Amino acid sequence: MVYLTRKAEFSASHYYDNPKLTAEENRRIFGKCNNPNGHGHNYTLEVTVKGEVDPRSGFVLDLRQLKETMNREVLEALDHRFLNKEVPEFSAKIPTTENLAIAIWQRLAPKLQAAQLHRVRVYETPDLFVDFYGEA
Amino acid sequence: MKAYLTRRYMFSASHRLHNDVMSESENAAIYGKCNNPYGHGHNYALEVTVSGQVDDSTGMVCNLTDLDGFVQSEILERFDLQNLNMLSEFAESVPTTENLCIAIYDILQRGFRKAHLQKVRFEETMMNSFEYWGENRAIE
Repeated sequence: MVYLTRKAEFSASHYYDNPKLTAEENRRIFGKCNNPNGHGHNYTLEVTVKGEVDPRSGFVLDLRQLKETMNREVLEALDHRFLNKEVPEFSAKIPTTENLAIAIWQRLAPKLQAAQLHRVRVYETPDLFVDFYGEA
Repeated sequence: MKAYLTRRYMFSASHRLHNDVMSESENAAIYGKCNNPYGHGHNYALEVTVSGQVDDSTGMVCNLTDLDGFVQSEILERFDLQNLNMLSEFAESVPTTENLCIAIYDILQRGFRKAHLQKVRFEETMMNSFEYWGENRAIE
């Protein structure tokens, strides 16, 4: 088994607010991230796939295919967007880094048939990242 | 759904690698430059990984405010700009980065209750890093 990781970057804005909570609770839990006008990050995405090396091509997965899938399924939808208002996953879910990693996994997993998706890692800043392995 | 959240912190500290149960020449042979009796220092990068179900109400595995607050008061304030050899954690053990990983893991495991501790990772320099997973297994 060999693991292959492809990196990408996107920039987006978001804010954290749960309409089921009071304004005061939202401020207490989410702090500055609760500002309804939003704020932004330069996100770094790492997608890791795993599989056996194809004896003819020497690839786990054609990198070009992985790059195109990431561009089409993820970056076109998220790059330079306001996540809360423009990305359907976040109409009812808070766009935390955790939920972003899960949403990206769900976008990619059905589209990567040639190799198995192993991990989605999303860096919100260089000091904070979330890993999602598709676990329930 | 289960996710893993990692937060990175920096602190600087000095240490000397030396074990009293060994002779001077053995210490010098094993630890080399790190055995310098005056010590030397590093800028350590500490990564703490916690795991758990993403809470529906907050979208979080763990509120960063809680993790940052704990690490600040229980780890950074005690370890930053200190000589590791002088700390109680290293009264009986050599302050290698392996033992530092275990010491920090133990502090988090004992005191941090807001999420499951998955692993502790240290970069001692840009060229070397160490991980301790406790009872957890690495994910493959």
